[in-house]
Amino acid sequence: MTTVALRGLLGRKLRTILTALAIVLGVALVSGSFVLTDTISKAFDNIFAASYDKTDAVVSGRKIVDYSSGGNATVTPALLKKIRSMPDVQAAAGQVLDLNGNSTQAKLVKDGKAIESSGNPTFGFGVDPSYPRFNPLHLTQGRWAHGPHQVVVDAAVADKEHLHVGDPIGVSADGPTRTFRITGIATYGGVKTLGGATIAAFDLPTARALLRKPGYDAIAVTARPGVAQAQIVRELRSTVPSNAQVKTGKAYAQEQANGVESFISFIRWFLLAFGAIALFVGAFVIFNTLSITVAQRTREFATVRTLGASRRQVLRTVLTESVALGIVSSVVGLFLGLGLAKGLASLMDTFGLALPQAGTVFAVRTVIVSLAIGIVITLLAGLTPALRATRIPPIAAVREGAVVSQPRRWTPYAGGALAALAAALLGYGLLAGGVGTAVRITAIAFGTVALFVGVAVLSPRLVPLLAGLVGRPSASFGVAGRLARENTVRNAGRTAATAAALMIGLALVTFVAAFAQGLRTADENAVRRQLDTSYVVTSKSDWQNLPAAAGPAVSRTPDIRSATSVVSDRARFDGANLDVSGVQPATIVGPYRFKWSRGSDADARTLGRGEAIVRKSFADGHHLAVGSSFRLLTAAGNSLPLRVKAIYEPARFDPLLGSVVVARSTFRSAYPRSPLAFALVQGGSRASIERSLAGFPAATVRTTDEFVSQRSSWLSSVLNLLYVLLALSGIVSLLGMVNTLALAVFERTRELGMLRAVGMTRRQTRRMVRHESVITALIGAALGIPLGLGFAAIVTRSLSKYGVGFSLPVGPLVAFVVVAIACGLIAAILPARRAARLNVLRALQYE
Amino acid sequence: MQPAVALADEHVLLDRKPAVIEARDVSRRYGEGDAAVDALRAVSLEIQAERLTAVVGPSGSGKSTLMHILAGLDRPTSGTVSIAGTEITTLGDDQLTKLRRTHIGFVFQFFNLLPMLSAEENVVLPLSLAGKKPDREWLDQLLETVGLDGRRRHRPAQLSGGQQQRVALARALVTRPTVLFADEPTGNLDSATSEEVLRLIRNSVDELGQTTVMVTHDARAASSADRVVFLADGEIVRDMKGCSQAGILAAMEGVNGR
Repeated sequence: MTTVALRGLLGRKLRTILTALAIVLGVALVSGSFVLTDTISKAFDNIFAASYDKTDAVVSGRKIVDYSSGGNATVTPALLKKIRSMPDVQAAAGQVLDLNGNSTQAKLVKDGKAIESSGNPTFGFGVDPSYPRFNPLHLTQGRWAHGPHQVVVDAAVADKEHLHVGDPIGVSADGPTRTFRITGIATYGGVKTLGGATIAAFDLPTARALLRKPGYDAIAVTARPGVAQAQIVRELRSTVPSNAQVKTGKAYAQEQANGVESFISFIRWFLLAFGAIALFVGAFVIFNTLSITVAQRTREFATVRTLGASRRQVLRTVLTESVALGIVSSVVGLFLGLGLAKGLASLMDTFGLALPQAGTVFAVRTVIVSLAIGIVITLLAGLTPALRATRIPPIAAVREGAVVSQPRRWTPYAGGALAALAAALLGYGLLAGGVGTAVRITAIAFGTVALFVGVAVLSPRLVPLLAGLVGRPSASFGVAGRLARENTVRNAGRTAATAAALMIGLALVTFVAAFAQGLRTADENAVRRQLDTSYVVTSKSDWQNLPAAAGPAVSRTPDIRSATSVVSDRARFDGANLDVSGVQPATIVGPYRFKWSRGSDADARTLGRGEAIVRKSFADGHHLAVGSSFRLLTAAGNSLPLRVKAIYEPARFDPLLGSVVVARSTFRSAYPRSPLAFALVQGGSRASIERSLAGFPAATVRTTDEFVSQRSSWLSSVLNLLYVLLALSGIVSLLGMVNTLALAVFERTRELGMLRAVGMTRRQTRRMVRHESVITALIGAALGIPLGLGFAAIVTRSLSKYGVGFSLPVGPLVAFVVVAIACGLIAAILPARRAARLNVLRALQYE
Repeated sequence: MQPAVALADEHVLLDRKPAVIEARDVSRRYGEGDAAVDALRAVSLEIQAERLTAVVGPSGSGKSTLMHILAGLDRPTSGTVSIAGTEITTLGDDQLTKLRRTHIGFVFQFFNLLPMLSAEENVVLPLSLAGKKPDREWLDQLLETVGLDGRRRHRPAQLSGGQQQRVALARALVTRPTVLFADEPTGNLDSATSEEVLRLIRNSVDELGQTTVMVTHDARAASSADRVVFLADGEIVRDMKGCSQAGILAAMEGVNGR
């Protein structure tokens, strides 16, 4: 019977290929995301390992918080001297190098404009050229920087901006732009760019001055030959002060890599989710196609039963077909994934996420997982059709007429049960309190799957109603249209299964569109409510800061009514990281609208040293009231004692100020640097403000409206990315529709022959098939769009405390319906042609 | 029990051959209440070994239904059927499956060959399903007998209707079943090829001793049988020795005129 199974697949090559494609795309996405993330991960591992492979130990400031804009504590030159004098130390050198925050931000400026690549970091390094072993950069051209006017840039930016050794280049770090000369071009650990970030490498004194570093970010140490790493680390630990940490070179590199790894992991799960969606849709297609082919081969299966095949043998045959299909699809998908990985990398590049790639990593895990998933899903999807095949009685070998599978009695119960399960899981995932994120996401994922399957099980009963609704326009197209509508109702189960594939894709895009709309509105409202100002000055990219000197520069602009600047950095309290904002009490009230829980504008205006305005959530979470004292640990390692003066309650969605707000003077006492987050200006004109900021090429002046829409613009990028990824599932649905329609035409050959014989024209035949396809697609839309909207409504309700509300994205909805109709029309092209071209006589005789 | 013979008196037994199939009081009703249809009404019949029995009747007479029940494809509403001493009406699906492998062979009106297998593969299919290897000599002999030795590797699509039916016949005979059932075997063939197929069926009865039951509405086909059973309206109305085509036609008319 294996022969029967495999020969059967080969005999229907085109159909088999179309069916297999359903799984290929999903597996390709899975395989591709693994390949991509593995490759990126390996590249980063290489990079970081290369940076520190000749280093035995690294002494650095203790890292207290992540992503500090002012940087962690530094180690002093005196310490370097001390380390150098240790007998077991062969060599030691200082570095200015912080990949984990904005503290070494150094923008390259060409022709007055800052060189930016969509928000990627702009690093400034300080390297000691006399110690190449500690230098993660490798010169490809020229020589290292010496002295206060020289710089080495990374190879990628040199290529992109056509920079050469000898060219002048501006650098803007924590002050106005200064001009340097490029003396060399380098790669980082052999990679041209560190994920799109630019690098400007100076000598150590220049870097320290430019980036306002009181000491070094790290001291790299090699031990004398014969001294073990563990030993030198021990010795160093007993020598260095308490605000420093000592790690082996490898461990330090690992620390740097860990931050990246969690980001890569996020990308991996993100892409895998879309692979899962494509596979889910593919499963529906497989189920549908196999159901149809089983139905078509009723007589064949029945005959084999009369010859003495047991039910189990029939089951095994159909399952063998499924497995064979699964194996072929998975293998093809696995290798297609390799190409897809390249495509995904370019896709992310266009969305501003250039990640380094080393040689492609094609892990064993990738092969196993991709194959296993593809085969298992195909098997599961083919299980029901296989079981149906076993129920074909031997007498069907002689009986005429197609056996239309009647909906089983228990389907409404099964569908209802699934819907109830889905509601429970979704309710738990979305609304339950005190549940970990991973658990939440799992509950939501399974709940969604249950919901889709439940709706799919119930949908045959909805088909007549829906077909009546969406088919009404078709009915006005004459007999062909009316017949089309009847046909969709006739085999409701099959229509529903075909529509289900489209339903899933449409539900997801509708949800995404509605949810994004809700988020965007919430964000805009939240930001708008906090501001009452004419202009907002920020760095070009929201995630970065401006030099502190930009603040006074803005204030000096003539003809403005007022200007206020806000600096910010991170701190740690009670085991958690938080943002601290430093404001100018005299000018902050007005442009920034405080929403008071306890306190008033007067409190803000008279904010003094050691006093803080805290967020209500922060106060409640730590049981603080007005008058309470608490202590923050800053990124630089300083302890900052504060007393609560007032409590404010900003919009939860996008607060512009941190959990703790202090006066500038207080901020300065705790943080050595005061990176400017933003400045608010009332009055004046854009031109005049930009003029005062001429020396700060990264600064951008926006009106409040522009700022508001820019702030939520990242949503549009994410939305587009989601649409592209969901489109892949859409393609699978389309393939499923083509397949089903072709099979349906094939199955109704005799009927079509009869229709043509009694006078239906070719055009009418085509029209009938086309309308049937469009009606099926619209049924998918009629099921999917309400599902998506409902889901969005629930999710926005659960986020209502963040101000997220539900709004109907009318434009996208109309677009989706049009897309559904288009899918229907496209899917019908070939089957309609084939139906119209049938030889009438042969069709009538068709068995 | 008395067979429900309305008319003629010719009795069933042609000679002392034992009965391979025994059907007692077999009834088959479709549907319920007012819409119920009685396809068979308390039919009793014995099929003898090594003989070709033809079951004839107009459409709606119940002949196909009777054959399906005798072959175990359908269950009667009431009554019992035994094949080779085993009562099949109460058997479960697995047991029926085993029965089909060894005791029952089928020839269908529309050939029912598997399109993706070659002629030879189709013929040995019943053995493969049972997990048995075909006896090479027997297979060669069979293929030669049906005249398809040279077309072993051809697929059904490459064979004519007559050739396909011959393959089907070989398939039915390959397991040397206790009974061979033929359901309108010439229904889809022209007269020349019908002749060939009927000759082959006759041969297998004479030379291999193959017990055969053939349902047909074709008088010519029925004339090759040893015994002809006439059905009308779900009952056996005549049961006679095989005779010429003309005799069969006359008998049919007599039955129809009833």
